[in-house]
Amino acid sequence: MTATRALTPRAIARARRRAAVGAFWRQFRRDREGMVGLSIMVLFAFVALAAPLLADADGLSVTRATGPVLAPPSLDYPFGTDNAGRSVLTMVIWGSRISLLVGLCATVIAMVIGTLIGISSGHFRGPTGGILDRLTEWFLVIPYLPLAIVLAIVFPPTVPRIVAVIIVIGVTGWSSTARLIRAQTLSIEERPYLERARALGAGHWHQMSRHVLPNVMPLVLAHTTLTVSVAILAETTLSFLGLGDPLRVSWGRILDQAYSGAVISTGSWWWVGFPGLCVVLVVLGFNLCGRALERILDPRLRERA
Amino acid sequence: MQPAASVRPAANVDSGGAAPRRRRALSPREVGRKLLTACATLLFVVVINFFLFRVIPGDPEKAFSPRGRNADPERLRQIREDLGLGLPWHEQFWAYLKSLARGDLGSSWGEREPVVSVIADRIWPTVLLSGTALVIATVVGVWLGARAGWRHGSRFDKLSSTGAVALYSVPEWLLGLFLVVLLANTGLFPAGGMVDPRSTLPDALDIARHMILPVVSLGVVYIAEYSLIMRSSMLDERYADYLTTARAKGLRDDLVRRKHAWPNALLPTVTLFFLSLGFVVSGAIAVETVFSWPGLGRLTYDALRGPDIPLLQGLFLVFSAGVILMNLVADLVYPFIDPRVRRS
Repeated sequence: MTATRALTPRAIARARRRAAVGAFWRQFRRDREGMVGLSIMVLFAFVALAAPLLADADGLSVTRATGPVLAPPSLDYPFGTDNAGRSVLTMVIWGSRISLLVGLCATVIAMVIGTLIGISSGHFRGPTGGILDRLTEWFLVIPYLPLAIVLAIVFPPTVPRIVAVIIVIGVTGWSSTARLIRAQTLSIEERPYLERARALGAGHWHQMSRHVLPNVMPLVLAHTTLTVSVAILAETTLSFLGLGDPLRVSWGRILDQAYSGAVISTGSWWWVGFPGLCVVLVVLGFNLCGRALERILDPRLRERA
Repeated sequence: MQPAASVRPAANVDSGGAAPRRRRALSPREVGRKLLTACATLLFVVVINFFLFRVIPGDPEKAFSPRGRNADPERLRQIREDLGLGLPWHEQFWAYLKSLARGDLGSSWGEREPVVSVIADRIWPTVLLSGTALVIATVVGVWLGARAGWRHGSRFDKLSSTGAVALYSVPEWLLGLFLVVLLANTGLFPAGGMVDPRSTLPDALDIARHMILPVVSLGVVYIAEYSLIMRSSMLDERYADYLTTARAKGLRDDLVRRKHAWPNALLPTVTLFFLSLGFVVSGAIAVETVFSWPGLGRLTYDALRGPDIPLLQGLFLVFSAGVILMNLVADLVYPFIDPRVRRS
């Protein structure tokens, strides 16, 4: 191997990383559940991105709706219409944008908080770690929906509602990540290379960012996919309870409008059926994908499968 | 809904700390420590409850007043006084704690009654509904999961795990909404509520009839959850040494499963059962809303529509306290049923 000797350390690292990604992808492709999940995710990502091409945004307005009221699915309106004559298909397509956007943004917040608190509570022994661990425990115990409701209610009305919902879901959803990352951090901290780093005088920040973080990253990634599904569910539930953004259509908002719009007494199943199915499919997609990632990245699970 | 990751049983040993080796299940000191932990958690909830509703931007008295910004000045002054808003915050907090200790949660605006009595009126329907769903789901879910885990890879396992993962992605209330929209118009099931004044059935039967759909929608999702938990703890136990010993003794497969694997696999499930109660609360809120079930969940929804801030505050406190209490019970009971926790 004369070629490798000429390479710089950075190039070696890059090649190694590329090989690892390649191996990971080969494993992932073999996982049928994971591939089903990934296809669902790709499909919905496409729908959300291409919404302006797929459906006219005018169809979201109550006043500009053209369809018949509460028509069951037909060729013109594949998903039927609501009580204002809007096409449910149009609302579902545009709703996917808000639902996915809120889900992803809230997940980013939850993952950043969860990873920070998880790593710090595992790294810092003594009072700091203890307090952070306690905080995690508290947030794990407190039921999330009542907490989210209370937070959403007291949020300043000047903040756009959609931002408020994102923050509320992010702030209530980090605890299980933190718990997971903490456990992983504790096991990493025992390894010799951290002892070496400490012996060479590495500071806390260097240890955490250069040694612990890269090692918990795969786990964070797997957990992120699972958290997205939780966040999308939370958004749907909050919107259904009337805490969502009243100006933007999301899947939860459609369900809320259907519920308060006498969907039960008229039995118009398409009005809740299609948006509901989308929620379930997306959540299922992220769950399947996350579970597949966990199986591949967590050696403990791999042995068993 | 619970993050799917927690379906995997975490360490089945309580994280409470390293107790020294001893015979007794729990020493008084440990009980004291656990009580203290629970109280600290409760205090945290109280602090959240106090500060969140007082850092409301603008004037808290306006946020707290039933008519918002158009409330009459006399009423605003009254609320200011009730909340003690003129005082420094530590005195406010102390006053709040004192009224909490007296069991006074303020009075609801919507119902014009003390929050405590409004909540007390609605607590039993919730316990009845969630309790029934939980009991059914635990029995069925544990049975399904144990069977699937034992015959890992069999057709039964594949079918039930796929079904469970799919159902796990369905929020309870959404399932309920599907069911009620499809079935309410057939006349077989009522569209909501707990009793029908026009019904000719005896009261208990009438309530049972109203309970079917909500219990099914809660139960099915919990069954999925518990069966996944039970399945994976069964998988963990499947190749344990003591099972090899049992098999080597010549026990039938069936006996090995029932007498040896089952009880051990059940333990992590018990822990997670109690830990998932917080999510049961969340599920109940939305399901009760869908079915207009007159419990705490529906009360929350109605309080939101107001919004009835004192009532919401009280509900948050009650929900959290309930979950904390159940966790404490789990913590205290667990060492009795799992001796490994005592020794670890």
